[in-house]
Amino acid sequence: MSRKLIDLWVGFFVVMGIAALLFLALRVGNLSSANFAETYPLTAKFDNIGGLKVRGPVKSAGVVVGRVTEIRFDPETYEAVTMLTIDSRYRFPKDTFASILTAGLLGEQYIGLDAGGDEKMLKAGDVIAKTQSAVVLEKLISQFMFNKASEGTDKK
Amino acid sequence: MADKDFATLIELIRSVGHRLNSAVQRLGFAARFFLMILVYSGQSFRRLHLTIREIYFSGFQSLLIILVSGLFIGMVLGMQGYETLQRYGASEALGVLVALSLTRELGPVVAALLFASRAGSAITAEIGLMKATEQLTAMDMMAVNPIARVVAPRFWGGVISMPLLAALFSAVGVFGGYLVGVVLIGVDEGAFWAQMQGSVDFRYDIWNGVVKSFVFGVAVSLIAVFEGYDAVPTAEGVSNSIKRTVVYSALAILALDFVLTSFMFRGL
Repeated sequence: MSRKLIDLWVGFFVVMGIAALLFLALRVGNLSSANFAETYPLTAKFDNIGGLKVRGPVKSAGVVVGRVTEIRFDPETYEAVTMLTIDSRYRFPKDTFASILTAGLLGEQYIGLDAGGDEKMLKAGDVIAKTQSAVVLEKLISQFMFNKASEGTDKK
Repeated sequence: MADKDFATLIELIRSVGHRLNSAVQRLGFAARFFLMILVYSGQSFRRLHLTIREIYFSGFQSLLIILVSGLFIGMVLGMQGYETLQRYGASEALGVLVALSLTRELGPVVAALLFASRAGSAITAEIGLMKATEQLTAMDMMAVNPIARVVAPRFWGGVISMPLLAALFSAVGVFGGYLVGVVLIGVDEGAFWAQMQGSVDFRYDIWNGVVKSFVFGVAVSLIAVFEGYDAVPTAEGVSNSIKRTVVYSALAILALDFVLTSFMFRGL
């Protein structure tokens, strides 16, 4: 087989391989949407983060605006400290409310940002002051049972 | 009587020691051989068409088996995944299941296993036969370095082909999953792609898969050229080398896959 023909087939092969990789990156993966060009960091502290994971989404009004980059435990305040990177196209007011929510009944957990009304905006490295922890099912159930039990004693 | 038992025991221990020694020696030879390949790579890259020829033989000619296997594995994943997921009412997540299992694990691993049996064994057979017919010695006599002329191009041909083949495998597999899931079974097309794109991360899932297939490519190619170069130059010796290439490659791929996975996807 001549060298030219081999070159042609190898070129064909390499182009196909790269096309497959591009297909994976753009169609299967989310290279086009989720990699933010410029971001700024924010910190949020929670009493309980539930099942939140690193790389989990940060959403506002249901739109992904950032990602969770780091989760650690603060031994002084006994709180979970989460570091978020937010797309720098989006600015949030100082009194933005961060809460840990669940997508669907059994879906992954994410941080939801509800914008407040403050005129000052959060700057890079700021701490979100108002947070709400994840709802822990066991606590919810025990609270419910406790209420039921106390209702029962009232009636007597 | 006791003396005889003692002598057999000593013999047993000695055979264990001998095996370990020769294994370590082979490992050392393989490491030096790998270094030699790297050292002489520059020389062989100056004649690039040698490497391109090997990409043709080990990469391009493996395309058919890779594409067909990828398609079927994707289709089976689509069927089995749908069967399980619809029990939990989550059949829309089929795209995620197919794409993640292919890009993270099945694509690199199965493509590498196929590559080892399709191309690795061929490389070993070729180099082993060259050695048995004393072509390698003849090259040495003519002041042509056999590592630069024969071994390094085959090694790099395999290393370059492997990630491309794995990417093709995954892409065709996702298409197979789409064919069965969306076209045949009727999962919603929008949800299939949207959930897939929502959960598959380029750097975390796809790029790690590419890194995996590159590592497998190095391992398989090195084992193939080493077994060929180290073959006992007889018909039986070459056949043993080919057998070892396939067995060691498969073991190396699966063991390396475990190590790489535990580093890459710890689910933190």
